[in-house]
This record gives sequence, structure tokens and C-alpha cells, in this order.
Amino acid sequence: MFLVYVVAPIFQSVWISFHDWDGVGAKTWIGLANYQELLGDEAFYTSLQNNVIWLVLYLLAIPCGLAVALFLNQTVTGIRLYKSLFFFPFVISQVVVGLIFTWFYAPNFGLFSVLLKDLTGLDFAVLADERFVTYGIIVAGLWPQTAYCMILYLTGLNNINPEQVEAARMDGAKGWSLLKNIILPQLAPATFIAMVVTVIGALRSFDLVSIMTAGGPYGSSRVLSYYMYEEALSEYGYRMGYGAAIAVVLFLIMMVFITLFIVRMLGQERNN
Amino acid sequence: MFPTPIQKSSPISRYGYNLVLPIALVLWLLPLLGVALTSVRPPSDLAAGNYFGIPSGFAGVQNYTAVFENSPLGWYILNSFKITIPTVIGAVALSCLTGFALATYKFKGNLVLFFLFVAGNFIPFQILMVPVRDMTLKMGLYDTVTGLVLFHVAFQTGFCTLFMRNFIKGLPFALIESARVEGVSEWRIFRYIVLPLMRPAIAALSVLVFTFVWNDYFWATVLVQGQSAMPVTAGLYSLNGQWVAAWNLVSAGSIVAALPPVAMFFLMQRHFIAGLTLGATKG
Repeated sequence: MFLVYVVAPIFQSVWISFHDWDGVGAKTWIGLANYQELLGDEAFYTSLQNNVIWLVLYLLAIPCGLAVALFLNQTVTGIRLYKSLFFFPFVISQVVVGLIFTWFYAPNFGLFSVLLKDLTGLDFAVLADERFVTYGIIVAGLWPQTAYCMILYLTGLNNINPEQVEAARMDGAKGWSLLKNIILPQLAPATFIAMVVTVIGALRSFDLVSIMTAGGPYGSSRVLSYYMYEEALSEYGYRMGYGAAIAVVLFLIMMVFITLFIVRMLGQERNN
Repeated sequence: MFPTPIQKSSPISRYGYNLVLPIALVLWLLPLLGVALTSVRPPSDLAAGNYFGIPSGFAGVQNYTAVFENSPLGWYILNSFKITIPTVIGAVALSCLTGFALATYKFKGNLVLFFLFVAGNFIPFQILMVPVRDMTLKMGLYDTVTGLVLFHVAFQTGFCTLFMRNFIKGLPFALIESARVEGVSEWRIFRYIVLPLMRPAIAALSVLVFTFVWNDYFWATVLVQGQSAMPVTAGLYSLNGQWVAAWNLVSAGSIVAALPPVAMFFLMQRHFIAGLTLGATKG
């Protein structure tokens, strides 16, 4: 079943990407024409550039998650409840997160806009401004992602060898140097998982873009995953072949990361 | 323990910490609190521009009944359950078998197969979109709950297999070994020795898959068109288009849509976190 629904379609997609196809009629073989068109397509470069911005900024979720985890790694009354409430955003659907933040950014009355106006006197609609729209969406995405990284680090911190920490303290290590030399190396597995889920999450970003702006204004917040969907399946027409070509590009980009992860996991597998 | 336990530091910083904690929480959840507050706001508040002040009255009951009476939201939620529950059962059951096979038998290509599942878990959905949609259309399952369930089961099996396989690997292998020596059949080993030990893993996976599938939006837009099979995520988005500026209704709808996974999370918190952090502790 996994083969039918997941593995086979990858090859079919590659196959379709060499065709001109509207999804219903016959496929016409056009070879690499879809890819050639892609190279001259400005919207493709915008999406690609946004994907890079997503990837870089999304990684901020890792240090932010670590910071929150360090902040919460205490034993005061009710801390368990605090931890779960901090984790909350991750459990909510991205659709709801998107709606919340759309409303947060809404011009004139959104909380963010109001604060911005009061503090700086600036007045603009984040989601309708080509310069800021992608960043606005990424902030919304960082919210649940930070929560995810936080929980990974909290579990990691729980499993740190206390004797080593005490020994390092005896030797006079504290603050930063303790964190850098003793704690972070022990958190490496958590960091690895956090990297994996964050990179994949950034490249997969679709829901938030679709909910918050539908790629607008003027396609300036599109990412590859959304652009592909738009080309293949929306009112702009059913260009399945072209859409598949975009998907193949995205797939290849992700394959680079997936291969890196798998090589690492394979190494661990061999060690066991 | 790191950082230094707050009990060991000066009383000032202890009080400071206890003070900062709730403030930080409120800031962190500010967007959510705003929504919760708006969902009980009477519409007149919004018309008067009172978006963030104290609500002039409590209209929670009105708003929430309006959401259910004037929109198909209740239907969408029912659909979400119809999609999510069979998927959880299907994916977990399948992955118990695949995970067991991958963890206990040494055969050629075992690792290859395993990493195929791992990689399948990370690929972009978009590469699957066109063929899966086409296939679903051809099977006559487009716009049906079954179509979505079939796909979700197949896709989630990847993640579940990864999870199960690692979990079974962590069980003492000697147990299986000695049962084999005793001449117990493989099926009975699985049924009576491994399966009872897998209970915590099954619980963790069920909660996770439930949340993942419930929150899916992409496939809901690709494989479904009309109201008949639309789950609540896609439904909420289309309702958002109808309720322009009726933020009190949108908020109430969002809260209702978010409730099942949230409830699931709080009920099964231990399992949920154990599932998510699998692999974050040991190499």
C-alpha cells in the first residue's frame, strides 16, 4: 500500500513532468520543455527565493526552542502545566494558526498592527505588503515550530547525565561555557531531530501560505509547494505537467537533506 | 541539572522567576487568548471597534450555537472523525506488522526497506499530488472519505513503521529468541509476546496520528471538493470566506476545530510527548 500510494507516485510525477497534460485529456510528450520554461519563469525564482528565506529563518526555531526549554527546565509548582501550555501551539491545526495570525496582523484593528502603530507610528498591512509578507507568515510558522523544538530539548535536558554536570561545576564551569562544552554535546541527538523536523517543515510549508495569503500579493509570498499547487490545481488552469516539474525540483532539493539525514542515521544503525 | 535549580539561587530571583513565568506564558499564548476572548464577544463589540478591550457582554453561547446552526461545521467535524479514526486504526495495525517484521527478521534489503519508509516520511507532498489525485479519481474515490482514508493510511504507515521498528528493537530480543527455541510459532510470538509489550507504543502512535491526520489541510483540498467529505480544516477555511469580518464566529469555529486534538493531547500527554521525542534522547 505504501508502494502504491507513496513510492510509485514519485516516479509517475517525474514521468508526468515531461508531458503537457491538463489532467483529463491525453498526455503529450514534450521532453524537457517544462523544465526549460521553469528556468525562464520569474514566479519560480520568487518561490525558490522564498523557500530559502523560509529555510534560514525557520532554523531560528531551534535556538528559540532551546531558550524556552532552558527557561522552563525548573521544578516549581505547576511547571508541568506551564510546559504543556507552552507546547500548546503545536497541537493546533496550521489552519487555525494561520487564521489566528491573519487576524493578529489585520490592518487597522489587528493587535500587531495596533501595537506597531502605537510604538513606531508606522501603519501598514503586513500581509498585503510584498516586502514583509513572507516574514509575517514565517513568524506564524515559528510559533508552533518553536514549541516543537522546545519539547525535544526538554526531553533532552531531562536525560542529561547529572554527574557530569556536577563534575564540571566543581571544576568551575558555569553559564555559557558549561552550556557550550557540557550540555550542548549531550543534547546533540535532540538537536539532530530538531534540525530534521525544522528543515522538512520549512520546505513543506504550504498550509500557512495558502491560508494567510494564497500566495499573494501578486504571488510575492509563494513558495515552491504552493506554486506547484496553483499551477496544477487551481483556477489558473490545470497544468499538471508543469506542476509536476515544480514538484520534482522541490523533491530534489529535499532529497539532498533527506540523504544527509539518512546517511547519518545509517551510521548510527551500524554502530548499534 | 542544568540550568541551576532556582531553589538554590537567591530568594529575589526565585520570586522573579515565579513572577515572570505567568507573564511569559500569557505573551506566548497571546494570539490564542485573543481568539478565545473574541469567540465570546457579541457582534456589536466588533462593529463598535472594541476588538481587544473587555467584551461588553458574554455572547459565547450565542456565537457557538450560531456556528453550529448556520454553517455545516458540525458536519465537517463529523467528517474529520470519519477520516481520522479509521486512519489511526489502519495505520497503527499495519505498522505493528511491518515494524515487527523489520525489527525481528534479518533479510536482504531489510535496511533498504526501512530507509525507504523513513525517506517516504520526509518527501514533499507535492510530488505525490498529481498521481495520487489521478489514481483516486480513477478509482472513483475522489471527493469521498474513503479516498482520503486510504491515502492517509498509506502515508502514515511510513512514520508508524519507523516508530514501531525502533520500539521493537528496544525490546529484549532474548525474549523472542527463547520463545523460538521453545518452538512457538512466529504468529504466536507476535500475538502473545510482542504485542502486549507494544501497548505504550500503540498508544503514543494513535495520539500522534490522530493529531497529524486531523490537522491535515493539504490533502483535504486536493482530494475533496464538495461539502460531503470535507474535513474541518478545509471547511473552516471556506467558512472564513463566508464570514467576512465576523471574527467572533471565525474565532468560535477555530476553537471548535482545534478542540479534539487539544483534548487528545491533554488526556494522553505522556504518550504524546514520548512519541514526539522518540530518538531525541538516545542516539
